[in-house]
Amino acid sequence: MASFPQWFHRLGSPKSFYQVTGRWLPWLAVTSLILLVVGTVWGLGFAPQDAKQGNSYRIIYIHVPASFLALAGYYVMAVAGAVGLIWRMKLAHMVMKSAAPIGAALTFVALFTGALWGKPTWGTYWVWDARITSMLVLFFLYLGVLALQHAYTNGDAANKASAVLALVGTVNIPIIYKSVDWWYTLHQPATIKLTGAPSMHPDMFQPLLVMIVGFYCFYALVLILATRAEILYRERRTSWVRALIIRE
Amino acid sequence: MLLSTEARGGAFAAIFRRDLRLAFRHRGELANPLFFFLMVATLVPLGVSPEARVLAGLAPGMIWVMALLASLLSAETLFVSDYRDGSLEQLLIAPQSLWQLVLAKVLAHWLVTGLPLTLFSPLLGVMLSLPAEGFLPLVLSLAMGTLTLSMIGSVGAALTVAIPRGGLLLSLIVMPLYMPVLIFGASSVQQAVDGFSAGGTLAILGALLAFSCMVTPFAAAGALRVGLHG
Repeated sequence: MASFPQWFHRLGSPKSFYQVTGRWLPWLAVTSLILLVVGTVWGLGFAPQDAKQGNSYRIIYIHVPASFLALAGYYVMAVAGAVGLIWRMKLAHMVMKSAAPIGAALTFVALFTGALWGKPTWGTYWVWDARITSMLVLFFLYLGVLALQHAYTNGDAANKASAVLALVGTVNIPIIYKSVDWWYTLHQPATIKLTGAPSMHPDMFQPLLVMIVGFYCFYALVLILATRAEILYRERRTSWVRALIIRE
Repeated sequence: MLLSTEARGGAFAAIFRRDLRLAFRHRGELANPLFFFLMVATLVPLGVSPEARVLAGLAPGMIWVMALLASLLSAETLFVSDYRDGSLEQLLIAPQSLWQLVLAKVLAHWLVTGLPLTLFSPLLGVMLSLPAEGFLPLVLSLAMGTLTLSMIGSVGAALTVAIPRGGLLLSLIVMPLYMPVLIFGASSVQQAVDGFSAGGTLAILGALLAFSCMVTPFAAAGALRVGLHG
């Protein structure tokens, strides 16, 4: 595997990952804190009111980034699982295990804020619309991975089995996206497209963009923290972790 | 290892025959998913309404949901007995590709579970007052759909075979993957009942089947190795 750059190998070892990310953590924490505070104050306090929905639309500053991350988190989990299966990399399995509960929590946040938003907008908390339903299916996919991970007593089998399940589940993700087109009924059509201009007003869109970037940084921060905890737990019998504990 | 074509096909056919023979020696077990299918169908009029008009509206979706649950129940049996008596280990160390052997097992399993469900479904259509136009799409969609469900179920069954009492877990991990099949299966029947052509939705079901034939034998083979040997 000479084609892989040096940093890939170096980051693949739990010890150096722990050391490298230790230096990133303060920067990442400060960046995500600033972005989230700026985005929240801007979005909730200064962005203009929506002509139809009034102030209730402001929940998108939580709802939309959480939904983005819920989907992206599944890919992170599946890619980590694939890397772990293909290159038998210990670290990738640890990342995967840490990504599952975070993604499930974000999916829950997306569903919950969506329900809260639905009450003033549609007059009901729950509508069986395509996007809500596919989000719920995504939540079930996360729960399946979590359940499978906890069912195995053998840690190695738990890693690999949940990685296989996550990869099989990714087949469902394109269907989740496609479902927006297929069964679009009550829900808003996708407003942010990577190709073409956003159909939102820039004054509303800019704080949303800040929140999305902030959520991505926050996700990276939480994922790294969870992975570090997992590394310490799994490598607890190695000499470097013992030396670390004695030093602290 | 290089194997002749006969050695590959021979193993495929041998496993296929063996699974069918085993299934026919336990005929009672074959009928169980069908009884389940029938009994749940009886629950619908009891729980909702015996009125033909109401039942006709529910029938396409209900029959599909019940078929899905019945096939979920039978998915657990795919590898369990082979795991208990150790023959699954023999399949894993066989020189033939594991995915071919898994495919043989899934096909045999579908012939004794999914196909009877499909052939049984018109009876449930009559019981739930399904309009006449719905019967042909129901049978066609179930024929393709239950095979797809068996394929997907084989991955879940392989992942949970080594877990004690893995049946409920199998349902949890497989049900989200079943949902697209249910959506297109039920809507094909609904479309026919509403007077539209079901051809497009049936074609999508066929595409799902083709795709699952390409992917799931490999996934299930990988899952078996992972589940048994870590």
